[in-house]
Amino acid sequence: MDKFRLFPPEASTSAQQIDWIYFALVALTFLICIIVFVPIISFAIKYRRGSKADRSNPRVESVLIESGWTIVPLLIFIGLFGWGAVVYFHVENPPRDALQVIVVGKQWMWRLQHAEGKQEINELHVPVARAVELTMTSQDVIHSFFVPAFRLHQDVVPGKYTREWFRATRTGEYHIFCSQYCGTQHSAMIGRVVVMEPVDYARWLNTGQPMESIALAGERLFRERGCSGCHSVNSKFHAPLLEGTYRKPVPLETGEMVTVDERYVRDSILLPGKEIAKGYQNIMPSFAGTLSEEEIMQLIAYIKSIGNQTPSNESAPNEQR
Amino acid sequence: MKTATEIDIQTEGEMPRLHYLNVEIGVKSWLLTTDHKRIGILYLWTILVFFLIASVAAAMMRIELLTPQGDFVTNETYNKLFTIHGVLMVWFFLIPSIPTVLGNFVIPPMIGGVDTGWTFYTPYSTTYANSHVITMAGGVFVAGFSSIITGMNFMTTIHKMRAPGLTWFRLPLFIWSMYATSVILVLATPVLAITLAVMCVERIWGVGVFDPKLGGDPILFQHMFWFYSHPAVYIMILPGMGVISELITCFSRKRIFGYGFVAAASMAIAVLGFLVWGHHMFVSGQSVYAGMVFSILSFLVAIPSAIKVFNWTATLHKGSIYFTTPMLYALGFIGLFTIGGMTGLFLATLAVDVHVHDSYFVIAHFHYIMVGGMVMAFMGGLHYWWPKITGRLYPEFAGKLAAMITFLGFNLTFFPQFILGYLGMPRRYHAYPPEFQLFNVLSTAGASILGVGYLLPLIYFLWSLKFGRVAGPNPWRATGLEWQTPSPPPKHNFEKTPTVTERPYGYSPEEDVDLHLASI
Ligand code: HEC
Ligand SMILES: [Cu+2]
Ligand SMILES: [Cu+2]
Repeated sequence: MDKFRLFPPEASTSAQQIDWIYFALVALTFLICIIVFVPIISFAIKYRRGSKADRSNPRVESVLIESGWTIVPLLIFIGLFGWGAVVYFHVENPPRDALQVIVVGKQWMWRLQHAEGKQEINELHVPVARAVELTMTSQDVIHSFFVPAFRLHQDVVPGKYTREWFRATRTGEYHIFCSQYCGTQHSAMIGRVVVMEPVDYARWLNTGQPMESIALAGERLFRERGCSGCHSVNSKFHAPLLEGTYRKPVPLETGEMVTVDERYVRDSILLPGKEIAKGYQNIMPSFAGTLSEEEIMQLIAYIKSIGNQTPSNESAPNEQR
Repeated sequence: MKTATEIDIQTEGEMPRLHYLNVEIGVKSWLLTTDHKRIGILYLWTILVFFLIASVAAAMMRIELLTPQGDFVTNETYNKLFTIHGVLMVWFFLIPSIPTVLGNFVIPPMIGGVDTGWTFYTPYSTTYANSHVITMAGGVFVAGFSSIITGMNFMTTIHKMRAPGLTWFRLPLFIWSMYATSVILVLATPVLAITLAVMCVERIWGVGVFDPKLGGDPILFQHMFWFYSHPAVYIMILPGMGVISELITCFSRKRIFGYGFVAAASMAIAVLGFLVWGHHMFVSGQSVYAGMVFSILSFLVAIPSAIKVFNWTATLHKGSIYFTTPMLYALGFIGLFTIGGMTGLFLATLAVDVHVHDSYFVIAHFHYIMVGGMVMAFMGGLHYWWPKITGRLYPEFAGKLAAMITFLGFNLTFFPQFILGYLGMPRRYHAYPPEFQLFNVLSTAGASILGVGYLLPLIYFLWSLKFGRVAGPNPWRATGLEWQTPSPPPKHNFEKTPTVTERPYGYSPEEDVDLHLASI
């Protein structure tokens, strides 16, 4: 990793796309510098004080010239904007088949967990050529998950989920940096991504103790923390059933419709009084302070995993499946 | 600009007998002064002190970054250093520099007025250099008020105190740029004040606005912060652009190319500058569509800046170019500002910003604008008006040397940071992986050269106060009204208010004039 370079390694599909724009911008910068500096230097020589150059009828105005150097840059800029926006759209929207990893930032480390349940600290093992999606949040202040080799960068914000994704193209080890100032040891909040061949990755994933997948951990929490005591068919409380709700719109007391997504589930757990589901009482207790960020994400993963079930066909979640 | 009055009498080679510096003496006469020129001088000393402290902080950071390990200062100290450096440089040096020193000093004589419109304020003094957020916020808050008042003061002055005949399109471009700056100062600074006040309320009483633990939204803080801070960038650069317009035209001995476009560009920057704050937040989790709107607007705000650069370049054509110290700073400004502006486009391009956000690329970019642009312009302007301010000339040779050293040192300091940034070195890192060392060492080497470039003027400016040659009213044979009064000017600038009958910058490139250049 320590030979002389002017660019970081290009190790993801978006790295290549972003680098092309970068090179185009570097070329444009050179061009503009030539367009500005060559005349400055040649005028400076030709029209230096006392030179014999012709100075008659100097021009001080020209609407034509002014419009020229307004419109030409404008067109170039619109082109650059469009190119940048298209690639940005691509890097901001993860593909559907991506492997899921949850990331929790805290002062000053990264805790990660794969969908299969494997946990890591300051390290992320991934297979080459597979899309990987990171769902991230912070336990304290804003951090930013930055992998230069992937041209991947996203703030990790407390109270909120942000995501980023990549498809690694080369095996190897790459830096993870926290790039948002987050306190004294900000520059120590670093780690590495290890990109492996799929077989090696599978082997790595299966070493160590047997794991409980994120969704299963969520199901367990759903029982242990008493959610199932209310959210089940045979509950004595009047509470909505959560099977089949994920990604679907639900009505609120206020008459609005909201889509059940990470944000909504998270808020339902931590700030239950904020949005009340239509036809229900605000009896759900807040779990703020009693669940860790990981646990909330596991609960969300569980509710997501039952997003295609119908409540009637199967047992309540508090029964073993 | 021809005027009805003759230049006020000043005998060749002698200082005027009575001027604003000696008309009253004693500490009290300075601290309670209402003379805008004295206020300018007080500001000069104040910001100089802040600049020195902030520079020492920068030097210590550069020493730390010589090696990958954090071994020169602790991470705690390092964090304090960049906070001190940033806060002092931005709020206590860059923002006040040109407006309060050069603006206060030269706006009234430039427009033929006798004083600034309002006269009751004296320089702020404030608590600083303390990592406590509230103290810091307090300091910035006070500085903010000073900004608002400065802005209002300039607007009133420019509206009300112009000499007879000095219509809007006869105003020097420096005045136009200061007017645009004042608009931003007055409109944007209250947002900063509100943000800081809310922050303090949150801290003291625990009302959740920005803090997610209290149910607030940290992204809202970012929006409010940048809603002020992005226009603030233009508060820092617009006055610099104004100075450059003055210098380029004076030392090309030619009317500026596209006066109307340059003036309009200042106003366009002031307006568009309010609409681009979101480009600091492309990776903060704001919506993709918001990102797109801010991206295109950020490209648009680059257009008026580009127009200015092209017009300055065209001004040189068929001019008669004098390579004086101010002119060297002005040419250096164009070079550095062009690079700074172009690299701004990288940051405006959404996909590229995803990579370089919060990296050294950003640091390099804004130092090209702020230091390469604004500080170069401030130095150029200070050299240009120094004879007016003090009545004496600085040594020209030393001046040119310092300008060139600054230019070289600057590039060596900050160019490697573009590469570091693209390589992925994040901002505010006290220790870093070893592969970044080479460019950090280059940067530190550059910073030491840059330091020499700044110390040299400090020495010869002080020297010139006593030993510099007497400048006379108009050593540059410049056309502005401020040159039509003795140097240093009398307390009330003009004995008789001048009348203006022409457009500004009536220079003629074909006539060879002798500038009072002392080559000591
Ligand atoms: C005391 C009973 C009770 C407990 C315990 C409880 N909830 Fe609820 N929950 C409710 C009720 C009642 C509502 C509907 C009213 C509302 O929106 O607050 C609800 C709403 C929700 C919703 C929104 C559903 C929709 O369709 O709008 C989610 C998601 C949810 N709860 C998840 C959980 C999770 C996860 C737990 C365990 C950590 C939990 N609840 C524990 C009673 C409960
Ligand atoms: Cu961090
Ligand atoms: Cu950090």
